Amino acid sequence: MLTQITLAVIAAGGGENGGLLDVNPGLMIWTVITFIILLLILKKVAWKPILTALDKRESDIRESLAQAEKARDEAKKILEENQANLAKAEEESKKIIDQSRAYAETLKEQLIKESKEQAKKIVDDASLEIQRKKDTAFEELKGQIAEIAVSAAEKIIRESLDAQKSKQVVDKYLNDVTKN
Amino acid sequence: MAASGNIDTLKAVSDTLKTSSGSDSDWILHHVMDGKEIELPFLGYIHIPQLPPVFGFDITPTKHVIFMWLAAFLVLLTLYLVARNYKTSLIPRRLANFFEVLIIFVRDEIAEPTLGKAYKSFLPFLLTLFFFILFGNFLGLIPFSATFTSNIAVTATLAIIAFLMIQLGGIRHNGFFGYFKGLVPHGIPMWLLPLMIPVEILGLFTKPFALAIRLFANMIAGHTVILALIGLIFFMGTIFIAPVSVAFAVFIYLLEILVALIQAYIFTMLTSLFIGMAVHQEH
Repeated sequence: MLTQITLAVIAAGGGENGGLLDVNPGLMIWTVITFIILLLILKKVAWKPILTALDKRESDIRESLAQAEKARDEAKKILEENQANLAKAEEESKKIIDQSRAYAETLKEQLIKESKEQAKKIVDDASLEIQRKKDTAFEELKGQIAEIAVSAAEKIIRESLDAQKSKQVVDKYLNDVTKN
Repeated sequence: MAASGNIDTLKAVSDTLKTSSGSDSDWILHHVMDGKEIELPFLGYIHIPQLPPVFGFDITPTKHVIFMWLAAFLVLLTLYLVARNYKTSLIPRRLANFFEVLIIFVRDEIAEPTLGKAYKSFLPFLLTLFFFILFGNFLGLIPFSATFTSNIAVTATLAIIAFLMIQLGGIRHNGFFGYFKGLVPHGIPMWLLPLMIPVEILGLFTKPFALAIRLFANMIAGHTVILALIGLIFFMGTIFIAPVSVAFAVFIYLLEILVALIQAYIFTMLTSLFIGMAVHQEH
């Protein structure tokens, strides 16, 4: 379709300037010169830096991606390790707590038992001492009473001549005793 | 090819051309053809001074030469700025960002698939070809400018350069005799050789010929159609045809933007493909 139009235009043309298909050699020469100069300058000024930059960037991206992948794997590994360590530490601390709790429990029981025993011993000792003191005091009293009785008897005998008087003495003596 | 979807417009144009055959359509030719003067908007014409002929050739720069230089300068400037961006950092910014897309497109979609591993040595040539044609095509879309890629002399020269690159690439990779021996497919009976050799040699030349004609015809067609559509208003002698003409002209203009890109791509793609065929003859 396009060529039809072109041909129609060509057929319609053909004035003083010549047809559309007339080739101007000067234009061809300029095209060659322009294109080759453009190619040479662009090769140096543009294509080399641009293409190397693109290649470099592509390799950079590839490298960084690989590095990122590696870093991610490493981080994952470290995380897993940390989690394992944490779990282990938790278990350990739990064990320690359990142990110390059990130890405290036994210690408590032992202390209570010991103190109970001690208290009982103190009470026993104290009651024993009291018994002993009571016994000695009783013995002493017994001795004193006997002595008093003897001395009373002695006095009675000494003053037996006077029954009245002896009776008074005994009363008086007894009074003294009770007072004591 | 891109314009084939618009058969109605083309019919209208060919009708126009038929009715206005003769000297009436000279103004269309005047617009699309080369000339010795440059038209400036609202200022008139600048006449290019005549140079003395060199070796019998008239080398006076014409309108198309001037616009070719302008395109070459713009390509150079743009890509220099792009390259400067990469010198400071590998991160593309602004202009570089846009042109990087095109450069990578030429590299990854044109050069590498057609040339294989040998693409690196042809890449500067293909990139230059692509951007030169691209800028030329787009430059032609600006009002008051000229499309030097719609000149058969320019497209033929570009095709000749492509042809030389194809032959050089083939000879460099396969050796001089190896390349020309490889042109004829293997396993052909001896008695067919007298037929096959001329056919293959003819095939060598039809490829660049097709390249030249394709670019020339595609670039000239859009402009001609737009001019014809606008001319329709004057041929009909009525203003009521103007909205239709302008609407179609805008449509063709938009189509031309597409064609400008596609033709630069096709020229580069086919050149790359032919170089690839010359380099890898076994396929």
